[in-house]
Amino acid sequence: MSTDALIMLRRNFKHTVRNPVTVFNAVLLPVVIMLMFVYMLGNAFSVGVKYIDYATPGMILLAVAYGLGATATEVNDDMTKGIINRFRVMDVSRGAVMTGHVVVTMLRSLISIAAIIGVAFGLGFRPAASFGDWLAVIGVVVAACFATSWLTVAIGLAAKTPQSAAMATVPLVLLPFFSSAIVPAAKMGQGVRQFAEYQPFTPIIESLRGLLAGSPSAGYTIAALAWCAGIGIVGYVWAVATFRKRV
Amino acid sequence: MTTSDIAVSGLRKAFGDKVVLDGIDFDVAAGSVFSMLGPNGAGKTTTVNVLTTLLKADAGTVRVAGHDVATETRQVRAAIGVTGQFAAVDDLLTGRENLRLMADLKRVRSGGQVVTGLLKRFDLAESADKLASTYSGGMRRKLDLAMTLVGSPRIIFLDEPTTGLDPRSRRTMREIVRELVADGTTIFLTTQYLEEADQLADRIAVLDQGRLVAQGTPGELKRQVQGSHVQLRFTSAPELDAAARLLARAARDDENLTLRVPGDGGVKSLQALLGLLSDHSIDAEELSVHTPDLDDVFLALTGRSNMEVNAR
Repeated sequence: MSTDALIMLRRNFKHTVRNPVTVFNAVLLPVVIMLMFVYMLGNAFSVGVKYIDYATPGMILLAVAYGLGATATEVNDDMTKGIINRFRVMDVSRGAVMTGHVVVTMLRSLISIAAIIGVAFGLGFRPAASFGDWLAVIGVVVAACFATSWLTVAIGLAAKTPQSAAMATVPLVLLPFFSSAIVPAAKMGQGVRQFAEYQPFTPIIESLRGLLAGSPSAGYTIAALAWCAGIGIVGYVWAVATFRKRV
Repeated sequence: MTTSDIAVSGLRKAFGDKVVLDGIDFDVAAGSVFSMLGPNGAGKTTTVNVLTTLLKADAGTVRVAGHDVATETRQVRAAIGVTGQFAAVDDLLTGRENLRLMADLKRVRSGGQVVTGLLKRFDLAESADKLASTYSGGMRRKLDLAMTLVGSPRIIFLDEPTTGLDPRSRRTMREIVRELVADGTTIFLTTQYLEEADQLADRIAVLDQGRLVAQGTPGELKRQVQGSHVQLRFTSAPELDAAARLLARAARDDENLTLRVPGDGGVKSLQALLGLLSDHSIDAEELSVHTPDLDDVFLALTGRSNMEVNAR
């Protein structure tokens, strides 16, 4: 990473720390949702395994999604409040500005994922993953964070106002609920089931589920990484193109 | 001829079919203050954006610090500092952190000292460790300008630096501009305030609807309009009539009961004028001496007063 990118990263990091709402949304809210599903509803679902073991991979993705709204708003704030022109005139590369946002989003997501996994263990989560499986879990999670972060930066750049930027990330936050995160897709109604089976979050969640259960599925993992690569490339290209266009 | 720090010729810019800059030319000598004067929407900010590499021109050449803005962007950026119309400060950083961010990005050596110096100079030392979001409008503008000065750029662009400031902050801003000039910095300043351009600028260009309608020193521009005059106001129409008969060269304004008498406003001619009036027992309610200011220049050049344009 360039020096400029490190300087921008430090700036974005301070922003996160000084904005408690961001921390709440990104870290606490996913934990609250997990407690709600596992304690209140979990016993009502029959998913074939202990519910906490089933739900944890989905909650990991939920944690990633919940951290994105703040990033879109922050990126848009930078664009609309004029500070971006200052950076451009100072010859700070567009890469550095965007990298700062992407890296902070990823760090925030990873912290919230660590919190989710910690709480999951407290609730009786007992994965059967080997050391190698755990490394693969980290790999898939980082890839998912990276891809969604770039997409979110692009959304933040493209939006006209911070409010519309936050709105535009709502579908990303809702997507995990229409995936196999909470219950298996096979149990859903016609239409929703097909959507859940073919949307990107399902293969990502299923690959994590397989890895954590110690029975990895090569098909899901490849599909997950392919989706991440696709989303990441689209997000990156869109972000760079939008950045260039805006004054 | 002195070297010019900014040289613009044939600059054109349109957004869609709306022509914003319609072929403008000007030169700014190194170490001088150049003010671009014009009403809202005249194209001032667009000019600043092109000159500071933020916008590409449709046609024409622009050289800043001896480099072409289109092809040698990097060299241009290294030489300039810009303070835009809206304070570009980071609300979630403190004043000190904002300045530090600039110092880091510009790789300024001993950045800490530079930052402390600027905080003191701009009277921000007390609030240095508060978040910029808690600053008043005037403080934000000062912080913004301080951020621009980090790394001592050779050419500084100020886009309406005093718009929306209270009179005291406005005065501080002007003092800072004068100090910068004393240090040899070249300044490109846009403003809607005629009086500001008059006080600060070595040269002024008047921009109206994308064209430069005049440029020169403040003195040269003022010479383009009618000379000074004395304005007399009366309480009644008969009195105005009597005075108008007496002072044949004067222009009368029946609506306001005033009479404009050409003259230089010197003590002698005033004495003569007042003597003449009292000899004929004409009582003027009010007398004022009017020397042309840039508002008159604007009116003469564009056919509209600056105030009128801004009110729209």
